[in-house]
Amino acid sequence: MERIHTLAIQESCDTDFVRKVEEASGQKVSKCYQCGNCSASCAYTQVYDYPVNQIMRLVQLGQKEAVLQSHSIWLCAACQACTTRCPNNLDVARIMETLRIMSRQENKVAEKDIELFYREFLGSVKTFGRVFEAGLLPIFSLKAGKPFTDMDLAPQVIKKGKLAFLPHRIKGRKQVAEIFARFEAQQKNRKTEAE
Amino acid sequence: MRIERTKRMKKRVAYYQGCSLEGLAVEYDISTRSVCKALDVELVEIPDWNCCGSTPAHSHDPLLSAALAGRNLAIAEKIGCETVMTPCPGCLKSLKGALQVFHNEREHDSFMQLLAMPFAGEIKAISVLQLLYETVGADQILQRITRPLIDLVLAPYYGCLLSRPAQFAQFDDPENPVSMDELLSSAGATVVDFPYKTECCGATYGVTRNEIVAKLTGRILDMALSLGAQAIVVACPLCQQNLDLRQSQVDRHWKRRFDIPAVYITQLLGLALGIEPERLGLDKLFVKPDFFLKLSLNHSEQMKEAQS
Repeated sequence: MERIHTLAIQESCDTDFVRKVEEASGQKVSKCYQCGNCSASCAYTQVYDYPVNQIMRLVQLGQKEAVLQSHSIWLCAACQACTTRCPNNLDVARIMETLRIMSRQENKVAEKDIELFYREFLGSVKTFGRVFEAGLLPIFSLKAGKPFTDMDLAPQVIKKGKLAFLPHRIKGRKQVAEIFARFEAQQKNRKTEAE
Repeated sequence: MRIERTKRMKKRVAYYQGCSLEGLAVEYDISTRSVCKALDVELVEIPDWNCCGSTPAHSHDPLLSAALAGRNLAIAEKIGCETVMTPCPGCLKSLKGALQVFHNEREHDSFMQLLAMPFAGEIKAISVLQLLYETVGADQILQRITRPLIDLVLAPYYGCLLSRPAQFAQFDDPENPVSMDELLSSAGATVVDFPYKTECCGATYGVTRNEIVAKLTGRILDMALSLGAQAIVVACPLCQQNLDLRQSQVDRHWKRRFDIPAVYITQLLGLALGIEPERLGLDKLFVKPDFFLKLSLNHSEQMKEAQS
């Protein structure tokens, strides 16, 4: 992963972004004083483009593009190590989650496969009421252009009788689909209100 | 005459097993049910439960996640339960997240609008580990041990979410959880001081970024082996999947053969409580736990002989 970044921070500063992140996450990002505990605790710095403490700094500096286009926000596993160890009691993992959501809303997702996997997962829940593992994986693999994902594991899983070949459709799947529909309508309303 | 209420009184708890426990983690479901039955905890499966949306729902919007999990809580309340128990820490995060959103003034109305079901928000959500450790208690379990896990050396691995973040989880210690350590010690096992108790296993990236899981899970397997553990004990279906099912992938990445089983806490406690291995789903594990199973059985036979 590219680790040297040059940013013209005065030119690209978006103060409204700072306000939006703080409002949506309920966290005062300005409290971060760059001690680096979060990055020291993070198991994912090895694959991040910006370590998590730098993400916090970039948010403070209003660097919307750099943050929302970063790989880091999508590679965060929400393991809560950063949140647990922040001396300012910032819920760092919650801020990362807020940034993920914003990057999707603004079509700036750098890790397309991870977003695709999440989308297919939710699609499965919306359709059946529960996630259908045996259906989710092949669809994801094909759409991601990685048709052999986890093929090595299939024989063992089938042998142990752990793979359901048909989805479990719950009776209340319409109720579940309606939750999704109401959520989408709510989002749409908010967007129009904001505009 | 007044009937004295005893600690042994049957407890009734709503059971939310979650999607993993219907598939790859079926042994967690089997062993949870068996252990609860043995400890007089009545599990009432939430009728027609739905998926909580897991990490994908959280990453989409915490409000959507809350509403999906909320439907299960609302049904559990409707059937008259005060507590809902789930073995899966991911599901627990969603259930507790729903309660947090419900009690948040700013989000309450939007949440109820999405849920569109009667919901009082009075139910409590706990993990199976919390149920065993706090509701039943290690001392109660100790009294019912019939087959102590003598000579087993185990590494308790808690994963990320069971005790973190502290304010949210309100269970055990966020940096050095000890609930599984104590339960396993009560069951007679030797528990190693495991420094990677809460290190991340790679979570959901097994499918999308396999090399992350291979690296992080490999570190955990390596540490457990270097401390002389015969098995890793887990309480999360996703951790277990990475440590067990994906161990062959981890082997390939590290160019070595780890060959260490990852067993659910409920399976081990079940053995100690004298439940037959078939009723604990031990045959469903990918890395076979045969050797310590035999060890444990041999010992109990030896003990019987010694006693007679």
